[in-house]
Amino acid sequence: MKTICLYFEIHQNIHLKRYRFFDIGTDHYYYDDYENERSINETAERSYIPALKTLIEMAQENKGFFKCAISISGCSIELLEIHAPQVLDLIQELNKTGCLEFLGETYSHGLSSLINESCFKDDVKHLCNKLKNIFGVSPSIFRNSCLIYSDKIGKMVSEMGFKGMLTEGAKHILGWKSPHFVYNSAETPRLKLLLRDNTLSEDIGFRFNDSSWSEYPLFADTYMDWIEKMPEEDQVINLFMELCALGIFQPLSSNILDFMKALPEQAKKRGITFSTPSEICGKIKSSGALSIPDPISWVDEERDISSWLGNVMQKEAFEKLYSVADRVKICNNHKIMQDWDYLQATNNFRFMNTKPSSIGAYRGIYDSPYDAFTNYMNIIGDFITRVNNLYPDMDNEELSPLMTTIKNQEEELARKDSEIEKLRKTLEHLSNKNINRKNRKSKPKT
Amino acid sequence: MFGWEFPPHILGGLGTASYGITKGLATQPDMEITLCLPKLHGDEDQSFLKIIPLNLVPIVWQNVDWNYVSGRLGNCMDTQLYYDLRNHIYADFRYRLTNDLGCIQFSGEYPDNLFEEINNYAIVVGVVARQQQFDIIHAHDWLTYPAGIYAKQLSGKPLVIHVHATDFDRSRGKVNPTVYGIEKDGMDHADCILCVSELTRQTVINHYYQDPQKCFAMHNAVYPLEEEKRKIVEMRKPFKDKKEKIVTFLGRITMQKGPEFFIEAAKMVIERTRNIRFCMAGNGDMMNSMIELAATKGISDRVHFPGFMKGNQVFEAYRDSDVYVMPSVSEPFGISPLEAMQSGVPSIISKQSGCGEILTNCIKTDYWDVNAMADAIYSLCTYEALHDYLQDEGKKEVNQITWEKVGKRIRKHYDRLIQNK
Repeated sequence: MKTICLYFEIHQNIHLKRYRFFDIGTDHYYYDDYENERSINETAERSYIPALKTLIEMAQENKGFFKCAISISGCSIELLEIHAPQVLDLIQELNKTGCLEFLGETYSHGLSSLINESCFKDDVKHLCNKLKNIFGVSPSIFRNSCLIYSDKIGKMVSEMGFKGMLTEGAKHILGWKSPHFVYNSAETPRLKLLLRDNTLSEDIGFRFNDSSWSEYPLFADTYMDWIEKMPEEDQVINLFMELCALGIFQPLSSNILDFMKALPEQAKKRGITFSTPSEICGKIKSSGALSIPDPISWVDEERDISSWLGNVMQKEAFEKLYSVADRVKICNNHKIMQDWDYLQATNNFRFMNTKPSSIGAYRGIYDSPYDAFTNYMNIIGDFITRVNNLYPDMDNEELSPLMTTIKNQEEELARKDSEIEKLRKTLEHLSNKNINRKNRKSKPKT
Repeated sequence: MFGWEFPPHILGGLGTASYGITKGLATQPDMEITLCLPKLHGDEDQSFLKIIPLNLVPIVWQNVDWNYVSGRLGNCMDTQLYYDLRNHIYADFRYRLTNDLGCIQFSGEYPDNLFEEINNYAIVVGVVARQQQFDIIHAHDWLTYPAGIYAKQLSGKPLVIHVHATDFDRSRGKVNPTVYGIEKDGMDHADCILCVSELTRQTVINHYYQDPQKCFAMHNAVYPLEEEKRKIVEMRKPFKDKKEKIVTFLGRITMQKGPEFFIEAAKMVIERTRNIRFCMAGNGDMMNSMIELAATKGISDRVHFPGFMKGNQVFEAYRDSDVYVMPSVSEPFGISPLEAMQSGVPSIISKQSGCGEILTNCIKTDYWDVNAMADAIYSLCTYEALHDYLQDEGKKEVNQITWEKVGKRIRKHYDRLIQNK
């Protein structure tokens, strides 16, 4: 019995404006409001709204059968709240049909998982709170920005209480293994891994409308035939893509939505089901451990992190940004925290990419990677000054013992919390026993 | 082939390009090149081609004996060739001013009577074209177009003209009608027009009304640094050890090169920083007004004008520079950023420069966008990662651009033209 796990990413970054070096120290607003409004509205109109409406229809027509998952980054929630709240309403509506599962993510859609553990955990908690507030859900499955995963990240995710994690079925990791099984992390066996079937996912996400592709035009029955013809043992087919694949990468005129709509029926005919990630992690046993020491992602042919940290400029910008991570953590200046979220987004680093690549040549307002680097460095130059001005007479050497103290205190608090919880439970247990005993004692009297 | 300048005695980019093209072509074993130049200094490298100095070609019959001639020619020309050429004098030029050998004098530079010199060049070429055997005529830049046309009419061989610059580039649109006339005439007669960039090709098509099918972009290249020059640039101090960063402009200080934008950008950078100096090397008609401009902006203490540089001085300047800027308003190609990148200096070039078409590891801005230029200068001086990346990758990229490759592409056009005949 095969099951399809369909997952969509919703992420739009907050565009940075043209920021010259002579703005450093005078202008602390870094964002291109016009571009943000324009791009989120365009994406909402061309992709999110029609795509979500289709998903809602699919859920209503196939009650209890069709299921899918989405993740939404904090930055895009903010953008949608301001410019296109109807998208959030649609997500809520989809949620009410009961077919939807929300996944955990980082608020900033950033790369903190690669460098700073506490910053990463805060980032994830931040998003979980936001999801709780807006949609009333608490995710149990995690997906990192751009499906970045390594053993180390798996360990942190597991520590935060997530049961499973989504990542890329990268060929250089899997080798002869198939992505159609559930695996578990080598370091923390409790954490299950769902691997993306990149061929089938990209057939929809990248190639659907490509008339030079040998399978063009693709129909739902052919697609389901491919899945049906897979070996009997293959259980899980993970189709992960960005939601804007429906409408932007593949224009609406390509009838991509009709294709999606036809999928559940074609699956039913062939005895293929749909499942959410948490159902899969709950039901299906892991067929082995995967050890992934170097981070992988779903981007480019290399499926690694070279799109964001491939050249010296990207590394420099990345290190500069996270050099103030600890200071940002202890400050409670709302404006700085907000800039911190926006500046971390992976897109900012992707713009500095110098790899020749076919997909993702989009450069935003920048002419070249150098232009992107210059602009970003000017902005974080100003940002870092602002952060440092909060703690004018403290250098990093003084900061680190302070950070350790805070960390120790936090750990202690957490330990005490769990102890309190434990004691409270025992107390309840004891008082229950007492009541029972009293009841028992009083019984013979009557 | 007709040229005007040849290393080591050069005044601009034309000489360097002529050298590169001939040398690149000469690597092909079945290629024989004869280059006509106004005059020779005697120290030119003639190992790979034959040079005919036109100031030693007789146009008036003088009865001179062998020993006298060979004494006068020195090592600039073969004595037998003098007599062979003398046999092909085609008209009575005794009314012209000639010397004891019956030759016209050339300055070989860009004198005030340039038009007369261009005309003389064509007259003398008449003799050479009657005597020499050749399959293709290749004329470099407008100075030699009349000679090219004449040679084509005499021999019926295909004419290739090489557009290194047009008067539209030199004058920011206000063309000299005589120069335009000569250029247009040359292009009209050419069988094939090679332009040093797509930018120039578009100018030739749109402003000289040429058939796009006979215009081709033929980008220039650079020669690997000579041993001596390499030693100079290898003495560069590491970027991070330098307290003061130096930003360099190197070229003729004239309208075409956009020097005022460099000063404007310098002003913006100097206002905000304390460790960046600017150097405007070169000479030109706008030099004095630039010095004045820097003074009125109050930045003369940080903008320096060392004057014209030649030979190794240029590479010493590159060695000491951290950023090279070429803000040209209109640059047909612009070889100097390639040389700067070769010497390990990251470059900022204007989008209106032809060399930008083949370079990716440099920063490109619009020449008028001084904000962007200032920003790029600042970031190259401040962010080590960007500087180092462009330094290394730029060097690698430029090393891939060779004259041999250009020679092969030119050869394809030659072959096509000969077959069509």
